[in-house]
Amino acid sequence: MTPAIRVKTWWTILRICLEERLVYRGDFALGTLMRFLPIVTQIFLWYAIFEAVKDSRGADDIGDISLGGYGYTEFVAYYLLTMLSRAFSSMPGLASGIARQIRDGEIKKYLIQPVDMLGFMLLGRIAHKVAYYSVAIGPFALVFFLCRNMFRELPPEAATHSLFTLAAFLASLVMGFVLGYFLEATIGLIGFWWLEVTSILFIYMLFSFFLSGHMFPLDMLPEPWATLVDLLPLKYLAYFPSAVFLGKVSGPDLIWGLSVEVFWILFFVVLSRWLYHRGIKRYSGFGG
Amino acid sequence: MSIIEIEDLTKSYRVYQKKEGLVASLRGLFRREHRDVEAVRGINLTVEEGEFVAFLGPNGAGKTTTLKLLSGVINPVSGTARVMGHIPWKRENAYRRRFALVMGQKNQLWWDLPAQESFRLHQQIYRIEPQAFERTRDELTDLLKVRELLRQPVRELSLGERMKMELTAALLHSPDVLFLDEPTIGLDVVAQHNIQKFLKHYQAERNITILLTSHYMKDVAALCKRVVIITQGRIEYDGSLSGIIDSFSGHKVITLQFAEEDAIHNMDRFGEVLEREPPRAKIRVPRAAVAKTLAAILAEHMIVDVAVEDPPLEEVIASLYASVDDAQAAREAQPEKSSVSQ
Repeated sequence: MTPAIRVKTWWTILRICLEERLVYRGDFALGTLMRFLPIVTQIFLWYAIFEAVKDSRGADDIGDISLGGYGYTEFVAYYLLTMLSRAFSSMPGLASGIARQIRDGEIKKYLIQPVDMLGFMLLGRIAHKVAYYSVAIGPFALVFFLCRNMFRELPPEAATHSLFTLAAFLASLVMGFVLGYFLEATIGLIGFWWLEVTSILFIYMLFSFFLSGHMFPLDMLPEPWATLVDLLPLKYLAYFPSAVFLGKVSGPDLIWGLSVEVFWILFFVVLSRWLYHRGIKRYSGFGG
Repeated sequence: MSIIEIEDLTKSYRVYQKKEGLVASLRGLFRREHRDVEAVRGINLTVEEGEFVAFLGPNGAGKTTTLKLLSGVINPVSGTARVMGHIPWKRENAYRRRFALVMGQKNQLWWDLPAQESFRLHQQIYRIEPQAFERTRDELTDLLKVRELLRQPVRELSLGERMKMELTAALLHSPDVLFLDEPTIGLDVVAQHNIQKFLKHYQAERNITILLTSHYMKDVAALCKRVVIITQGRIEYDGSLSGIIDSFSGHKVITLQFAEEDAIHNMDRFGEVLEREPPRAKIRVPRAAVAKTLAAILAEHMIVDVAVEDPPLEEVIASLYASVDDAQAAREAQPEKSSVSQ
């Protein structure tokens, strides 16, 4: 197959997935905008915590307070960046969708038609994300503009000062997307054995919430937790891109971090392929 | 070489056996009893290019499992199958571009989008040349009379219209082999007839090979010269539709209309009385005894009208299914083999 035909096929899949996303306009727009609510509550929560700490320490200004090495503005900057990272790495409905397709037999079409399921779904997911960003870019820009003061006092390694860091940040966002896709696809493919993956997905979500940096910056964690999260792939889904942007990871650490991320991506690509091939061998074509 | 060659194909499923109730559910968390359900038990079949073959059989007989094996959805336990020289469950793209599977109960089109978008996707993944694609699409949708519905979301189509779109999608890449699993299920008589007419025309024109499963005898009678009856995972019959009656029914049905009303009460002597509706009666007699019985009745009674017919095909097939069931039950009188695993 010539590359041109391959690209044309990808483009068609992408286009059709995109069209499908736009069918239910109202639900889509509302769903996109609603995702900004949690970040607002989190900012207020930390504001309240800092206020309380300020009062108990008898400090004059909230800016003098530092928790686990993070000042208030740094916290807010961190959360905004985490929100951006998660906009790339989160895969709503992917794992449960794969398991459902296995259970109700919809997966048959990938076995019958000359198309690769994981590749096809990856394109579907890209379309999903493109549709999301095209709507979310407005609110994202607004929030970052309103909080622009939070990004004033960053170190010289931060992406606001260094083109190299900015490039590394963008790379970590894109890789976070790929990692998130293959990680959740792997969980979904367990459906070949268990049929229902809701509980395992729940456990994954729970761990991901705390250990990816979604809830708090991971470098606040004491040992042995710090080492643990460092060994897990979850930090690349939220913490790592934000830390790169803020200049907390730089130089050899940054190169090392990106290399480990590449390793994790390859790991989950291979694992998901392997599960898929094992899975379709034992698949019994449920549902008529 | 035949286009489809199947040798000793077997497939069994492991099915979790759960007893009723909550306690059993809790126990099922730790220990599960599985039973092996043998869906296909050694099928041998060859199909030549251009044949239109019907698979008949009761629900759960293994018809759909056979189609799934041939389309590579599932892997067999043992045995071989070759379709156009390919082993289906290797799922090579070279094979997948040359066949299609249509399931009457499953939807392959994108639910929220117009059918033409799904067709466009098929064009790309099956790599159909643009001109050929447009020509085939227009030809198929004209034949099926759904061309004006191409731009309507699939979810807003009627069941019949959707099935026609499914067929179009399946045939866009001009497959050489087509598997149809109950394509007319749930359709009204008119839609059924339209799809039959289309399939007949298309098959004759392209000389493609079609395997069809259906519970509608009308589909089968209209389309297939060759019928394969599968029951309990085995092939019970392979031949023409009319041959089923010759092979499995040793009886004929005689309908008699008498001049005198009470003659019908006398019929038990001649054969099994199926219907008594004065002055008419229907009796069943062995095929070999038809002439003798008729002569004997004529000698005793005044007859106004007489008809000698084969029993209805559906009836013959139903009794065939039932007899195989009985034989199976007798064979498996010993307890079912079950295994316990963690």
